[in-house]
Order: sequence, then structure tokens, then C-alpha cells
Amino acid sequence: MIEIQHVTKRYGAKHAVDDISFTINKGEVLGFLGRNGAGKSTTMNMITGYISASEGRILLDGMDVLEQPREVKRRIGYLPEQPPLYMDMTVEEYLKFVCDIKEVRKKSRKAHLDDLYNLVKITDVRHRLIKNLSKGYKQRVGLAQALVGNPDVVILDEPTVGLDPKQIIEIRKLISGLGENHTVVLSSHILHEVADVCDRVVIINRGKIVAQDTLSNLTHGIGEAIRMTVRVVGPEKPVTRLLHDVPGVKYVESMGSKEENSLDYIVESDAKTDVRRPMVNAILQAGYSLLMLKPMDVTLEDIFLQLTAEEKGGF
Amino acid sequence: MLAIFKRELQSYFYSAIGYVFMGCFLVIAGIFFAFGNVLSASSSVGTLFSNITFIFILIVPILTMKLMSDEKRSKTDQLLITSPLSLWSIVLGKFMAACAVFLLTLLCTGIYVIILSSYGNVSAVEVFVNYLGFFLMGCCLIAVGLFMSTLSENQVASAISTFGVILFLYLLDSIIASMSSVTMLAWLCKALNWVSLFARFTDFSSGILSLTGVIYMISFAGVFLLMTVHTLEKRRWSEG
Ligand SMILES: Nc1ncnc2c1ncn2[C@@H]1O[C@H](COP(=O)(O)OP(=O)(O)OP(=O)(O)O)[C@@H](O)[C@H]1O
Ligand SMILES: [Mg+2]
Repeated sequence: MIEIQHVTKRYGAKHAVDDISFTINKGEVLGFLGRNGAGKSTTMNMITGYISASEGRILLDGMDVLEQPREVKRRIGYLPEQPPLYMDMTVEEYLKFVCDIKEVRKKSRKAHLDDLYNLVKITDVRHRLIKNLSKGYKQRVGLAQALVGNPDVVILDEPTVGLDPKQIIEIRKLISGLGENHTVVLSSHILHEVADVCDRVVIINRGKIVAQDTLSNLTHGIGEAIRMTVRVVGPEKPVTRLLHDVPGVKYVESMGSKEENSLDYIVESDAKTDVRRPMVNAILQAGYSLLMLKPMDVTLEDIFLQLTAEEKGGF
Repeated sequence: MLAIFKRELQSYFYSAIGYVFMGCFLVIAGIFFAFGNVLSASSSVGTLFSNITFIFILIVPILTMKLMSDEKRSKTDQLLITSPLSLWSIVLGKFMAACAVFLLTLLCTGIYVIILSSYGNVSAVEVFVNYLGFFLMGCCLIAVGLFMSTLSENQVASAISTFGVILFLYLLDSIIASMSSVTMLAWLCKALNWVSLFARFTDFSSGILSLTGVIYMISFAGVFLLMTVHTLEKRRWSEG
């Protein structure tokens, strides 16, 4: 278990991270979400002991990162934002070096490395120089590096940035797999990136924690109902009016034609009512045809909007 | 520490740097050997070594410029610092790798000694003391270079600053000499004398093994290694 207690990191007058507290439970996969510059990397750098907090404490199983660095660092594997690779080494040499500095026993080393090659699928490039690998492969080697020595806790800073969709899916699958016997912390600025793999998310904004909960609780209400695209066959003005008149709908915008004879509309409803059924009925009763109804992905921005809306409503 | 040492040593010889260093050293030393010893019929290793102390100004930056600055630039320092290694073992590993390359190069010059001994009388003690002194002095300057390399992310900047500092140390004796006539600056001369590394080599080159000299050099290197560790430690706390 990792406890982050009132941690602050100052850079000059600016607070990169400002008095944050949260707990990472043993065995969970935690998503750490925030926009660019929110303080995700700074926080991860403090948890792993790369930089020190200006104030506050970080404990892993009760041990302070600054007081017992060796014990703590042994238990953590870290993939920073930019994978820390030595370009002049081959993949194999590099991972052996990482085994050395992470004190992996010589005897079990070969089997361990073979497992890692298979896990992140780099067996076929292991004799290549790292500088000649593609970005995706470099990222995998970085991931393998974080897993060397089978640490209890694996911390990954935006592991899927810059990868193609197929690789993103693969890495995501790998991370879910890791979650079975590791504690994993995963940062991202895209909500649906972490949606499938994380048990819980912590959202950070401008250095402060704004929410920490399970994803379903956080997106509850904004779920499928809040924003959707509908494709309707029918004249623009009456359809817009009709959609607008459905109870619960707050906003309708015509997006033009994407398919012959039909128009697409974006419909936003308030967070609490599911407008889909009455809306579909209304369209059909008016004699128009419905070709498509597609909920739009909930984004981090939606959650931010809801959080600020709740704040306003609450006070 | 051993892992760092091995990786660093390997990287010297994967990149051209290791060979460039050895090449430069052996060529310059060879020229001075040919003219200073062979052609002027001197069989003293001391002459050779005291003639080529300037070599450090040129070659130490080659050896140390990327030691730390490259780690910072490529962010691999994140791997080292978040691993269970202590800062000391990182710094010592790197320092020892550079010293090892230097030692290896120095051993290559053993061939000169063999040539000398076939012509004239070479005292084994004198040779040993000279090599020891020259090696220790190199290690001191490598520690200086390592420290300078910690200060910047840029290899070139760290090479130039190392060059500058070693040049200053090299010229220090003449600077002190020129100031000594001014009585007001006597205290400054005294202080500068403390850091005058090259002056300490004179003892060694005349074949006298002085314990104070050895201790001085080890402490000199130690201070710079300490400053390197301290700089790395301070960077973690930096709020700039
Ligand atoms: N060494 C530093 N010196 C000064 N300011 C810094 C330093 N490191 C980070 N910051 C500032 O702290 C804030 C948080 O940065 P951080 O890198 O943690 O953001 P992030 O959430 O990881 O963003 P991204 O999604 O872009 O990676 C930023 O505003 C950044 O400018
Ligand atoms: Mg970041």
C-alpha cells in the first residue's frame, strides 16, 4: 500500500503539486488522470524517489521513500514519461544491466528475462541496438525494464503515448494482466485510455486532487446519456425542434449530412435523465426514421464539467 | 557499482571515445618520448611524464564530458536514481570506469619503458613512482571532469568547462609565481597553493614517493566526488 500524505512540490513560486493526499491500495490498478501539466509526472517522480517532495511524506508499506530509499526502490518498477534507454546498448545488454542494478539474482536471471521478452513481445529484437528500434518497441523495452525483478508496484507514466491503435490495445491488455499480481499506477490524460483497465481513478487538476473514485461512480449520470449523436431522416428545422422538446434535452446541434438523405445531430441531455427512450419514440411518432444513435465517449473534460457543476449546485 | 562500472567501460569502447582517448594520449606521449628521450638520449621516465602533464588539459575532457551530462539529457538518470543503487555507487562506478580507461592507456606506454631499459639504466622504483603519480593525478582530474559533467546536460559545455578548469590548474603555478611579489596577496597565494595539483607531481616525477603527495591526491579526488554526489542529491530537492 502506498500512502501519499499532504505532498507538495514547489518550483519557484509555482506549485506543481499542491498538498495532495491519496492512497494506492495493494493489488489495485489505479488510473492517474489529469490534463497536460496537471502534475502527474511530478507526483510519480516523487513516489519513485527521483525527486523529493517539498513537503509531506510518501510511504510504501509504512516505509518513507526518503528514509529507506533502498527498501522502497526495490519494490517499485518505474516507466517514466520518456523511457530511460541507453541507445548504444542492445536490448539484451540493457535488460541485463537493469537486472544488475535491481539486484536480480544471477541464477534466475535467464528465465526471468525470457519471460519478459515474451510478455512484452520483444523476443525477435533482443539482439538489436536500442537506437534502431521503432518508438513502439522502445516503449516495450521501457516497459520490460519497469518489470525487471518483478516489483510489487509498477508505475507507468503515459505508457501508450505515441503508439498506434493496435499497440495501444496490446499494451492495455498487458497492463490488465499485470494487475492480477501487481499494484499498478497508470497515468494518462485520456479518460477512455484507463477506463477498461483501472479499478479506481484519481483525477488531478493544476496540482490538486479533484476526485478519486471508481470510474462508474465518477461517470455516473454522465454515462451514456449525456452526449450522443443521432442520425435522422427528415427536414432539419422540425427535427431540431422535436429533439429539443424531449424532456431532459438541453442542447441540440445539427452537424450536417454524413449519409445521404439524413442529418446528424448532437444531443446533450442533463446528467440525471436518460432521454433515449422518449427521444426515439418522438422521432418515430413524428414519422421520421432513425438510422443511428451513438453515445459519445465520456471525456475527462465532461467529468471536470460535472465536478464544477456539482460544486456550484452544492453551495 | 560494478554494474555501472561495466556499462560505462563498455560504452567507452562501443562509441569511439575510448579509442580516441587512447589514440590521442599515445600519439602525444609517443612524440614526446621520441624527442625527449630517444633523440636526447635521456633514460628518465620522469622527464617524459613531467613534459607531458599538459596532456591532461586536452584528454580528460574527452573522457569525462558525457559521463553525467548524457544521463541527464537522455533521462536515463531516472533509471539509475530510482533503482536501489546509492548515489555514491553511481558516481564511483562512473569514476572508476574513466580511471580504468586511463590506466589501460597508461599501461600501453609500458612499451616505452621497455625500450628505455634496453638502452640505459632504468630504476624500477623511479618508474613505479612516476606511474603512480601520473595515474593519481589523472584520477584527480577525472574527478574534476566528472563534477563538471554533472553541472550541465550538454556534453560540449561540460567538455569546455572541464578544459577551462584543468587549464587553470595547469597555469596555477605561474599565476602564483607572478602574484608572489605582491605582499598584499600573500594569503591568496597560500590558498591557491592548496589546490595546486600540478605542483605536487614534481615530487613524483623526480622519483620520490611521498606519502603526503599520495594522500593529497586521494583527498583532492575525494572532494570532487563528494561535490558530485552532493550536486546530484541537491538536484532532487531543487525547486528551480
Ligand atoms: N523541473 C521543473 N522546473 C519547473 N517547473 C516544472 C518542472 N517540472 C515540472 N514543472 C511544472 O510543473 C507542472 C506539472 O508538470 P508535470 O510534468 O508533472 O505535468 P504532467 O501532468 O505530467 O503533464 P503531461 O501530461 O504533459 O505529462 C507543469 O506546469 C510544469 O511546467
Ligand atoms: Mg507527464
